[in-house]
Amino acid sequence: MKILVPVKRVIDYNVKARVKSDQTGVDLANVKMSMNPFCEIAVEEAIRQKEKGKADEIVIVSVGPIQAQETIRTALAMGGDRGVLIQTDADPEPLQVAKLLKAVAEAEAPGLILMGKQAIDGDNNAVGQMLSALLGWPQATFASKVEIGDNTVRVTREVDGGLQVLDLDLPAVVTADLRLNEPRYASLPNIMKAKKKTIDIKTADDYGGLSSGHLKVVKVTEPPKRVAGVKVETAAELVSKLKTEAGVL
Amino acid sequence: MAVLVAADHDNQSLKDNTLKTVTAALALSPDVDVLVAGQGVAGVAAEAAKIAGVRKVLTAESDALGKQIAEAVAGAIVPLMAGYDAVLIPATAAGKNYAPRVAALLDVAPISEIIQVVSPTTFVRPIYAGNALETVESGDPKKVITVRATAFKAAAEGGSAPIEEVDPGPGAPKTRFVSDELVKSDRPELAGAKIVVSGGRAMGSAEEFHRVIEPLADRLGAAVGASRAAVDAGYAPNDYQVGQTGKVVAPQLYIAVGISGAIQHLAGMKDSKVIVAINKDADAPIFQVADYGLVADYKTAVPELMNALAAAGH
Repeated sequence: MKILVPVKRVIDYNVKARVKSDQTGVDLANVKMSMNPFCEIAVEEAIRQKEKGKADEIVIVSVGPIQAQETIRTALAMGGDRGVLIQTDADPEPLQVAKLLKAVAEAEAPGLILMGKQAIDGDNNAVGQMLSALLGWPQATFASKVEIGDNTVRVTREVDGGLQVLDLDLPAVVTADLRLNEPRYASLPNIMKAKKKTIDIKTADDYGGLSSGHLKVVKVTEPPKRVAGVKVETAAELVSKLKTEAGVL
Repeated sequence: MAVLVAADHDNQSLKDNTLKTVTAALALSPDVDVLVAGQGVAGVAAEAAKIAGVRKVLTAESDALGKQIAEAVAGAIVPLMAGYDAVLIPATAAGKNYAPRVAALLDVAPISEIIQVVSPTTFVRPIYAGNALETVESGDPKKVITVRATAFKAAAEGGSAPIEEVDPGPGAPKTRFVSDELVKSDRPELAGAKIVVSGGRAMGSAEEFHRVIEPLADRLGAAVGASRAAVDAGYAPNDYQVGQTGKVVAPQLYIAVGISGAIQHLAGMKDSKVIVAINKDADAPIFQVADYGLVADYKTAVPELMNALAAAGH
């Protein structure tokens, strides 16, 4: 079975995003970029499934600028087999990405699509669900455990108040939550090997073209700042202030 | 224009998130209906009918809806959208699961986790873990929106809307519910609690988290939360996670114990009315948002706090 893993190149997890002074967006010039952390978890899960003999090929796909090749290369160094980059300098909306990924899924015919639940830039948490809907496949979001069986996949999901276990017919779309696994670091030999793996550079036109956008960003602003309060010396002083000054006890 | 609100509930009772989402919906239109999709939801529908400003309550019932299976919920909502210009869905784990599916089936762009309604077509939503706010205008004829409930006040009670049954849709033929493990707790629910006590990585182990954070929460009648670092390390379950990728809370009082205050955690709690931080590192970023900071090791500070609370009658 083939597993398709869509990945996104985003601002590094440890970098604080700064809003541009002209309010057109977040300043990404000279900022460290990395693979979205939830995508990394999805790549790791695909590799573990292959190691268990549940998959025979892992295809990494990304929609983004030419530099997203590096992100794909990272996933190949972890253990992906080959990559597809749909190169675009546009910043496509989740629906536009989902439509391109649908075309990729139709061309690649994977048994399972594993992807991150959310990208930490747009924070939409939408592409997996939309892709699943467009393909007419079942979905299991926020996965913390994935067990591939014969023509089905059993997914343990993080839901409000606990866990839910679902069986989905394959093919299916599964999105990864934080606790699914801890992604590995690529070893140096694997990084060298990944340089020889294939990345096909495509355009949106190879997959039916980029659909039109539905949203207009009016502006991007800084959130209101909270000001630091006072330091208290003792727990007793804290309780007294919470009672009398803040009135929350 | 008319707006549909998808109720947040557990088949037994209506969650507060629904009332807050109704408030957001009323900012779009005075014609707001509530859909209760589930199983055995007569009681939930009766509660929803009492929300002031609700025009009517729709119920859709099936086994798959009772388990909030995304394919089933989307399948129930999509045909109803012929009669609505927007659907507003609380941004809970369940809502986030099915909302984008509804949007894709309607061929519209979902708008995730709005915190403000600027106009019926323009909304504000946090991006980059809350480090930026995006004002976005939708050109779609029908809007699919998830609502960050903590950003809106709960709608009042006092309505008496009629209740009407609707078609539950095709269910989820390719998905089977196997089981669920829902944590039974006497504590208030994290998302709606008036007081939240959260622990961080400084706890060092699940046992320590259990030993330190939970008694303090219980003394205050508070919900228990955790930082992503504590969840990551396995000290606390994932549904305790407060932060951009976990739950967003805005209680009256938020007490952060041994939490450094990573950006992603702050995004989940900085709208709390009063924030207390207990951390032995005086330079921890949490102190920059805390109203009251206590620079101390939690190992001594929490027992002292327990005593001080007891002395003050808590």
